[in-house]
Amino acid sequence: MIAAPAMLPAPYRVRRVRRETEDTWTLDLEPEAGGEPPVFAPGQFNMLYVFGVGEVPISISGDPTDSAPLVHTVRAVGAVTRALCALRSGDAVGVRGPFGTAWPVSEASGRDVLLVAGGVGLAPLRPAWYELLAQRSRFGRVALLYGARSPDTLLYAEELSHWRSRFDVEVRVTVDHATGEWGGHVGVVTGLLDSAPLDADDCVAMLCGPEIMMRLVGAELRRRGIPAERIYVSLERNMQCAVGWCGHCQLGPELTCRDGPVYPLARVERLLHVREL
Amino acid sequence: MKGLESLLAAHPFFAGMTAADLDLIAGCAANARFEAGEYLYREGEAADRFYLLRDGRVAVEIHAPGKNPVTILSVGAGEVLGFSWLTPPYRWVFDARAQQLTRALVFDGACLRGKCETDPRLGYDLLKRVAQVMSQRLETATLQLLDVYGGTAAR
Repeated sequence: MIAAPAMLPAPYRVRRVRRETEDTWTLDLEPEAGGEPPVFAPGQFNMLYVFGVGEVPISISGDPTDSAPLVHTVRAVGAVTRALCALRSGDAVGVRGPFGTAWPVSEASGRDVLLVAGGVGLAPLRPAWYELLAQRSRFGRVALLYGARSPDTLLYAEELSHWRSRFDVEVRVTVDHATGEWGGHVGVVTGLLDSAPLDADDCVAMLCGPEIMMRLVGAELRRRGIPAERIYVSLERNMQCAVGWCGHCQLGPELTCRDGPVYPLARVERLLHVREL
Repeated sequence: MKGLESLLAAHPFFAGMTAADLDLIAGCAANARFEAGEYLYREGEAADRFYLLRDGRVAVEIHAPGKNPVTILSVGAGEVLGFSWLTPPYRWVFDARAQQLTRALVFDGACLRGKCETDPRLGYDLLKRVAQVMSQRLETATLQLLDVYGGTAAR
């Protein structure tokens, strides 16, 4: 039974905004009534409501071990997301959530963990990354591979630099093309897999990014011996009610708002190849 | 110091090649070293070489007058650089610039072509290896052209 408040946005205020790239902003939100936002699990999303404009599903991108404030990274691609990115400190926004399934961070305990992110797909993976870093000793080798269009579209650039300076994780970045002083890797994210040696027999992979990217990375990881049951993807569909009532986000038998967005690849791989879905 | 044959045998590009074939190919090879910023080749020059990178990283660039060069691919240790030595008119299509100190095995393209003409079995083996890399590069280029990180559902 879903409680009625799941459909009722709670009023929040924007505490801080940070520009990540030309079209992507990170918003820190706090409940208007005070107190802390609800606890969330890495990979879950909220429905953010810009009053008078509309509502969109946005993954939570903050640190789950420090839930105040509520952090969302938003790319301006449509009317609602443009309105979200135009919000400034003190503005009001409605929040429903958190909803959906989570990255299997706890289940990965004792294993190698590989995170592969593409573009703004780093945002939904960042809470899982924070949790991995916070509990680093529980895991084997830990790696983050991140692909973006160009150096100026990399999210969380300062944090990336900090993560790369750690000795206990592998962080690799690639871009599709670059100019100027970029001295890093240029090419697709699958080209980074060789730089993150992991034990395929004992590794959990979490992928988030454009579906084409996840399909190809998933296929390459399977070729390297990681079973589809231990490869997880986050799917983006037209989520509207967020609680499995309306069916807008249906993918075959799956309602991605309720059954996802995080799935084992084994469960959805076949669906991703059905062109009509 | 390792001999060229052992360096060749250790490079992923030549994995599984017979010792006799490696000996033949080693006759066309030499060690090379490039400082950061140094060009391995430039667009339009005669493409008479072929590189197997051992260390470092090389940016493959395209340039347009009045603009900064655009890096379209980077090639690192264990990878192959340069295919224009294999097909007429044997001219480089892009620039290749070392992004950091880079060590490579460099092959004389004409020498390699000569050995392949003389020994078609060796030529076929080499061509299959080159074709596999070219196929991967083509896939990569296609994905980059798709600009998968650029678009998403507009909401």
